[in-house]
Amino acid sequence: MLQENNLENIITTKDLSVFYGTTQAIHKINLNIPRNRITAIIGPSGCGKSTLIRCFNRMNDLVPSARVDGEVVYSDQNIYGTEVDPVHIRRQIGMVFQKPNPFPKSVYENIAFGAKINNYKGNMDELVEKSLRQAALWDEVKDELDKSGLALSGGQQQRLCIARALATEPELILMDEPASALDPIATLKIEELMQDLKEQYTIIIVTHNMQQASRASDYTAFISIDRTRIEERVGVLVEYDQTSKIFVNPAEKETEDYISGRFG
Amino acid sequence: MARELFGKKIKQIQDEILLLGSMVEQATLDSVRVFKNRDMETAQTLVEDDQNINDKRFAIENAILILMATQQPLAHDLRLLASMLIVTNELERMGDYAKGIAHNAMRLGNSTIPVPIRNIEKMADLAVSMLHRSLSAFINEDIKIAVTLPKEDDQVDALFNESYRSIVKTMIADPETIDESSTLLWVVHNLERFADRVVNICERTVFIKSGEMLEMDGSDDEMDEF
Repeated sequence: MLQENNLENIITTKDLSVFYGTTQAIHKINLNIPRNRITAIIGPSGCGKSTLIRCFNRMNDLVPSARVDGEVVYSDQNIYGTEVDPVHIRRQIGMVFQKPNPFPKSVYENIAFGAKINNYKGNMDELVEKSLRQAALWDEVKDELDKSGLALSGGQQQRLCIARALATEPELILMDEPASALDPIATLKIEELMQDLKEQYTIIIVTHNMQQASRASDYTAFISIDRTRIEERVGVLVEYDQTSKIFVNPAEKETEDYISGRFG
Repeated sequence: MARELFGKKIKQIQDEILLLGSMVEQATLDSVRVFKNRDMETAQTLVEDDQNINDKRFAIENAILILMATQQPLAHDLRLLASMLIVTNELERMGDYAKGIAHNAMRLGNSTIPVPIRNIEKMADLAVSMLHRSLSAFINEDIKIAVTLPKEDDQVDALFNESYRSIVKTMIADPETIDESSTLLWVVHNLERFADRVVNICERTVFIKSGEMLEMDGSDDEMDEF
């Protein structure tokens, strides 16, 4: 794999497998996620993309039958270690979902809520403004901070959710199809925002949209169904490389077929 | 199978590229024939007919751009469409070389200076044959042919050098022929460059198939040495 020089990894997975009950969702995935870069995860429906990124902040813990094998190393520690508090992890690793899900509260409260429960001691007004500015939403909402978050447009709601994630000052932001419910203009705004954010944060984005992955990311991981276990639909990592390589000259035929729309 | 329509459209464009290629081949052979026979009338027609090649080039380019915009090709498809754009441009420039030869036939008129016509004919036959095979290899993505074909450019270069020396010799022997002899230099130069562009087409074939951007042309542009 072509690697940029001096790239530090923020997350490393080691033989990461996830099971739901007796069903295996992903099998022995080994990935290095570089810091201050945008990494896209692509692959056909049901191949385990969301399962994979939900391992990065232990969201899979919330599914009772889920079991994780292997390691997710973040800040030199396996986040599945027994001594690790998943709430602490989720504070450092924020998440944005497919459908914008602001709290049914004011714009201001949406941002301040997380900080309050984390006993934030700083100036709350400043935190709200800073987070909204970082999410490129401030200019649009600064005069109506007490308006309900649900009254914003879909694109604004999604940026509000990004601002909410930023307010807890995470290192890594996971985005699970953050733009699939948005129109093209709102989508481009999110993608531009991602480029601004990567100066300070690391972003992992799951997307079904090849153009989005090629436009917005620096690295791309292609996950697909293990060809030797098609019946079981187990997700494996097929190819991982710089985005420019994946979309111009991928090494694997399976990647080629998927990104050029010939299967999946 | 997904992408059937896309595949069909690519096939149509490939057919058009082959057609453009055969127009260029014919124009080149015709231009050398009228140059040999100093057939002024046909030379004029050839100069005018270059417009057909230019029009076909724009039509193909447009079809490729539409496909890029509507199908968002990636990986092999992207390399293929980008290469088709480049090859179409190469063909159009090769058409200009044929036009140039016809134009020089008219400039030379009934001049009696010695012309290395056998070399010129050989160069044209060789270059046209190379173009023909390079386009087949391009369409079939035959990397084997694409890699070996450029070696034949050495033969064209050798014929160019030989012709160049004989033309310069004429110039030295009789400086009054310098103006007409330089017209001859343009003719052999055009054929030499024609073959270089065949090499470019082969490079694109390798690129489509492997993603590698290989420089296969060992010889420099001979005109740079002038």
